Order: sequence, then C-alpha cells, then structure tokens
Amino acid sequence: MNGFLRFGLLLAGLIVVLLLTLAAFQLPIVDSVKLIFDGAFSDKFAWSRSAVKMTPLLLTGLGMVIAWRAGVYNIGGEGQFVLGAIFGAAVGKGLIGANAAAMPGGSLLILVVCAIGGALWAWIAGWLYVRRGVEVVISTILLNFIAIQLLGFAVSGPLQEQKGQVPQTDLLPESLMLARFDRQTDVHLGTVLALVMAVVLTTFLYRTVAGYRLRLVGDNPKVARVNYIDPGRVQLSAMALSGAMCGLAGGVEYLGLVGQLGTTFPQQWGFLGIPVALLGGLNPMLTAGAAFFFGALFAGTENLARFTPAGTTIVYVIQATAVLAYVGLSGLKKARPKPEEETESTPS
Amino acid sequence: MILQYATPVALAATGETIGQKSGVIYIGLEGSMLAGAFFAMLAAQSTGSPWIGLVAGITAGLLLALLFGWFTIRRGIDQVVVGTAINLLALGVTGTIYRTQFGKSGTLLSVAKLPPVFGKIDAVEILLLLSAIGLTWVLQKSSLGLALRATGEYPKAAEAAGFSVARLRFIGVACSGIFAGLAGAYLSLGISGSFAENMTAGRGFVAIAMVTFGRWKPMWVLAAALLIGFAESLQFTLQAAGVQAPYQLLIALPYLVALTVLVVVGRGTVAPAALAEPYVKGD
Repeated sequence: MNGFLRFGLLLAGLIVVLLLTLAAFQLPIVDSVKLIFDGAFSDKFAWSRSAVKMTPLLLTGLGMVIAWRAGVYNIGGEGQFVLGAIFGAAVGKGLIGANAAAMPGGSLLILVVCAIGGALWAWIAGWLYVRRGVEVVISTILLNFIAIQLLGFAVSGPLQEQKGQVPQTDLLPESLMLARFDRQTDVHLGTVLALVMAVVLTTFLYRTVAGYRLRLVGDNPKVARVNYIDPGRVQLSAMALSGAMCGLAGGVEYLGLVGQLGTTFPQQWGFLGIPVALLGGLNPMLTAGAAFFFGALFAGTENLARFTPAGTTIVYVIQATAVLAYVGLSGLKKARPKPEEETESTPS
Repeated sequence: MILQYATPVALAATGETIGQKSGVIYIGLEGSMLAGAFFAMLAAQSTGSPWIGLVAGITAGLLLALLFGWFTIRRGIDQVVVGTAINLLALGVTGTIYRTQFGKSGTLLSVAKLPPVFGKIDAVEILLLLSAIGLTWVLQKSSLGLALRATGEYPKAAEAAGFSVARLRFIGVACSGIFAGLAGAYLSLGISGSFAENMTAGRGFVAIAMVTFGRWKPMWVLAAALLIGFAESLQFTLQAAGVQAPYQLLIALPYLVALTVLVVVGRGTVAPAALAEPYVKGD
C-alpha cells in the first residue's frame, strides 16, 4: 500500500470516528463539525492554533515511534518531556544570571540540554529493561511521578522566580524564545523543527544502517542476534533517542510557547504522543499526519467549547476509539520482544 | 485521615496485584477508577443512595476491565496499547458527559457520602483491610490462587494442568476492574461527596507503582499504599503548620525507593515471569 493511500485511509477513518463520537454524545453533528472546522482552519489565527497544538504531539509522537519500533514500549514520554524542560529551565536561569541571555545560540543550547535531560530519563528505564529485565511500563510510570514531583520542587525551590512568590520560573527574555513568524499568532520555529525531525527520522529509519538495525531488533530480535546485532544495545540507544525527542518537545513547548515553567506545565503531551504514533502506524510521516489531525482537533474542539458544553474531552474519546478500532482491525498481534536475558534462554 | 487518603490507591493496588499475578498488567486501572468515580456519583445523585452508587461504580470499573480483557486476552493485542486507550476513553467519556450534563465548570455537585460504621471508619475501609487479608489467603492457600499464579508465571504449565489461561486471566483482570471501580467510587462518594473532571489525577498509576513497591504481595502492597497516604497527609500537615519543607521530594520518596529496589534487585523472582506477555493457546 502506498503512502498516499494509507494517509487517505487514516484520515477517512479518523473522520468517521469523529462523526460517530459526536453522534454518541447526541451533539448536533453539522453544527459541531462546522464549529470544529472553524476553530481549526477558518483564519490565520485558527491555523496557528492548530499548528501550535500539533507541535508537541508530533515531537512526542516521533519519540514513541523510535522506541516502539525497537520493541521498547516507552510510556514515559510525560516524564521525559518534563525532565527535559527542567534541565532547559536550569540553563535558562544560568544564562539570565550570567547576563548572557542575548548570547547568539542561547535557545539552541537550551534545546540541546532539554533533549539530553529527556534522553537521560529514558536511558534509566532502558537500562533497567535491558540489564535488569524490568518492564519499561513499570519503570516509566515511576519515573513519570518522580519527574513531576521534581518539577514541583524545582519551581518552588532552586529554579523559582526572583520574587519568590508564585511557584514558577522567571519568564524568559524574548532573545531566548524561539522566533515567531507573525507577531499576531503563536506559531513558532518549533513547529518547523518538529516537521524537520519527522523527515530526519524517516531518513534515519529507512535509509541508514543504524535505522535498519533498530527496525530489525523490533521486528525480530532473534534474527538480529544471529546477525551479530546486540538487541539490548540497540534498544538502549533507541530509548535514549526516544527520550531525547520527548525532552526536545518539552524544550520547544517551553521556548516556543510558555516561556516559563510552573506546576501546570505538564499538559499530558507525553501521553498523547502514544495514540498519535500508534495511529500513524509507527511511521514518522504518517505520525506527522496524525499529529496534525489531532492538533487541529484540539484547536477545533476548543472553539466548540466556547459555544457548547462539549469540548476538548471529545478528542480523548476519538483517540481511544480510533486506537482500539485500529488495533482491533489490523491486529498489532506480534508478540513483544523480550529483554535480552530471556530471549537467550528461550529454546527455539 | 491517613487511611482515608490511602484507601483509593490501596483498593486499586490490591485488585491490580491479583491481575498482575495472573500475568496481566492492567494499565487501564486509572480509567476504571475514573469511570468508577463518575458513574458512582451519577447513580448516587439520581437515586439518592450511596450504596447504589458504589454498585454502579464497581460495574463501570469492571466493564472497562472486561473490554481491556477482550482485546488483550481474546485478541492477544498488547496490554500497553489497549490500556492507554482505555485510560483515554474513560477520561474522554466521563469528561464529556460531565460537561454536557452539569455544565462547563460543573455546578457544584454534592451527593450523600457513605456513612461511617465505627467512629470514623466506614464500610469500604473495613472491606479494604478484610480483602487484603482474604486475597493473601486466596493467592497463597487456595487452588484458584495457585492456578492464578501459575498463569502469571508459566501459562503453558497452567494450560497443561487443565486450566484455561484465558479464563484465569479474565478473573485477574475482572478483580483489577472491580477494585478499581470501588476505589473510584470511594473517591467520589467516600471522600469528596462530589466529582471533578479527571479527579483520579494519576492515582491509578500510583496504584500500579505500589504493586511493584509491595513486591506483588497484597499485605505489602497495602502497607506501601498506606505509606503513600501518610506522605500525602504529611504534606498537608506540614503546610498547615507553616513548615517550609521540600514536600515534593517527600512525596517522590516512595517512588524513588521503588525504583532503587528495581535497580538493585531487578525484576527478581517475585515478579510474575509472564507479566504483560500475551498468551496464544498452543503457541
């Protein structure tokens, strides 16, 4: 099946689920669809809102694609997103303190550190999986909690604003924020960065040896082992890369949109990247399509919420139903590769 | 007060222990809890009886768990994928019905709370203590418990001994769902007497973490959940007393300990060996 056809099927399927969901909650379908469409695409402000919502979804979605393709079911995107942003905020505070906020490349430095923070957090879970046989599900749940508590601690302790009143960091100066294309809208350079990352990841997965190895390990660790590829090492790298992408998402949200961290910073983007990646069939370009659809849907349902009692919660229903329908129909049945120690002892 | 904070997490964690022992990690626990909280409130509000509310909450939690079971046990689809979807489904459905029924911010809902039985202790709290003891007995001494554990350790052996792996795992998942539904119902009917969007706020995930921390033993899981309740209530006590303490680190401590245990001993021999692995008959 070629890419266009798959994209078309994905879009058609998602629209059907949207209509069914509206019907299930007895919402007026034509009016609701019109409100959603207006909120997502009616003018440049609407397009901007859709793109801004798409950005973190795409980056965390790509993060999920990397890990899941290697057979590691990372559900710690949320923690990696938050930890990356904490790392970035520490650098931001340092740059402001050293009067170096206007330094060229300051925002690039922060983004790199965010990615490192996310990678580190994911690496812990990866190490536990590969070397200790601990389910990634369990370790990432723990790490998510620790990251969120660390954020609470950081913004009311070491990284708190100068005034020391509200538990939040100081607002970053304009020079450290990502460039915006239009003074009236919120679309920022991070959106472009996310799209570039989708292309980079496609090239990596399908055009490089390392990408081939990663897919092979996810598809069949036994074949990988026979070919002298160490599945554990590949999975550990995949996990770190996945965390880096989620950390980058946190950095982009921080530098592109909010400019300061508070306890309301985590908006579940790390979790929402999972359905986006799954509906994109764990393919980077289709994931970009899914991220755009759900970004637009978030922007659209915010508009719906202004005129009706229903709102963004519909998006969760659509994501859940679509994922269940997708796996139910296509059957993501392939058994998950086990941690290294176990595959070795399994007679085949 | 500690018991009241700890009860929802402890209940959900107790049920999840049974599920995980049978080899199913029910990631949708959070969703079952949230659905339990919402539908318990809805039923209690329309009938005026908190007891009918409890039953409705349990039913909602159970139904979601059975849906999860159908996808993962019958169809062999990955537990993480389906669990994530179940959580989103519960968040979306409860949020949407709540908004369309009770308005955007929610007119302040208030329903009759569960009455206390002895002093301040209510029926659900007593049930929690009894079920932790009871489930320990079931798991360790009864033949059903043995079969459940075998399914989680080595499903082929359970199948060879004449048990149905699918049926035993459905029992495990149903346990997780029933307890999660009750936990959610207790959150809305026992503690707050009201409902708010996403009111479980990650407690289902806390419960899953506590199963690991309690090393898959009901009594230890209960103790771990009480510890979390203690840490949470200490936070409010310290804040009320005006003590400047980094209480976030205090709350993170149980998770850090659980993680450290995993780093040192790994999954060890206590964790069910076939946890989260789909079982296909005759494979």
